[in-house]
Amino acid sequence: MELTVNGAGRSVAVGASVADLVRDIVAEPRGVAVAVNGEVVPRTGWPARALRDGDRVEVLTAAQGG
Amino acid sequence: MPFELGGETFTSRLILGTGGAANLHVLEQAIRASGTELVTLALRRVGTAPGSTGGLLELLDRCGVRLLPNTAGCHTATEAVKVARLARDAFDTDWVKLEVIGDERTLLPDGVELLRAAEELVSDGFTVLPYTSDDPVLARRLADVGCAAVMPAGSPIGSGLGIGNPHHIRLIRQGVDVPVILDAGIGTASDAALAMELGCDGVLLASAVTRAADPVAMATAMRYAVEAGRLAAGAGRIARRFHALASTPDEGRPEL
Repeated sequence: MELTVNGAGRSVAVGASVADLVRDIVAEPRGVAVAVNGEVVPRTGWPARALRDGDRVEVLTAAQGG
Repeated sequence: MPFELGGETFTSRLILGTGGAANLHVLEQAIRASGTELVTLALRRVGTAPGSTGGLLELLDRCGVRLLPNTAGCHTATEAVKVARLARDAFDTDWVKLEVIGDERTLLPDGVELLRAAEELVSDGFTVLPYTSDDPVLARRLADVGCAAVMPAGSPIGSGLGIGNPHHIRLIRQGVDVPVILDAGIGTASDAALAMELGCDGVLLASAVTRAADPVAMATAMRYAVEAGRLAAGAGRIARRFHALASTPDEGRPEL
């Protein structure tokens, strides 16, 4: 199925969870936060949260900022 | 005297922002030279913005500093509240430097949205440190809804213009019973010292150090400036006079 991840198109297997997607994108999930369709998905909810075709996902991490 | 903020005790009254540093090596040296114990960081898409390609959290761990995530770039209360919640999930802290920007050119805060976001985050258990304007009334409203400090801008973010309205900073200090942290506009050490002399409890700065020609030297200067300003504020400065007052006595002057 097709998702939009951090503004770019990305294909993932049907049935993939947020946890699966995060594992594909970052080596170390520490310091990472996820929103799906504009809503925060807390870390503890990643494994249970199934992704659906067309979902907009933001995978965020620490960056320099004042 | 130690600095109490959000129920925690700090020795340093300087909060350093990580934005604008040319690389993580310089940033680490600057953090160490500044003596800071509280450092801001942002939340951005993985692998995009500086620092988001990894290594920033490890660096901050090594420095032993506490994290203060910001909501930089947010323009509405709704957006800022979501970013604060994402940052809490990412960094395991309920502290937030709340920024809700109301104008692109000056990056000054949108007071209405800021107050709304502050209220919601306080009720959600956050320790809210809002970046605000130098408006004493807005600062009081932010303190009234339960913010752990108020952080008025001296002048626009990154401008280096110093403290545009020192009188308002004094009025803010008098008007609230939470710490006042001068945030934004600091250009050099004398600006940071002035903030403390005006009665501020701390100073938050980023660009003044990270974009200085020698960030490590400027971080050191800021460390001393904040300490010097704090000491001077408590030392009882002399009154300003229109004419001179000799410090050497007239008595005993020789006749030549």
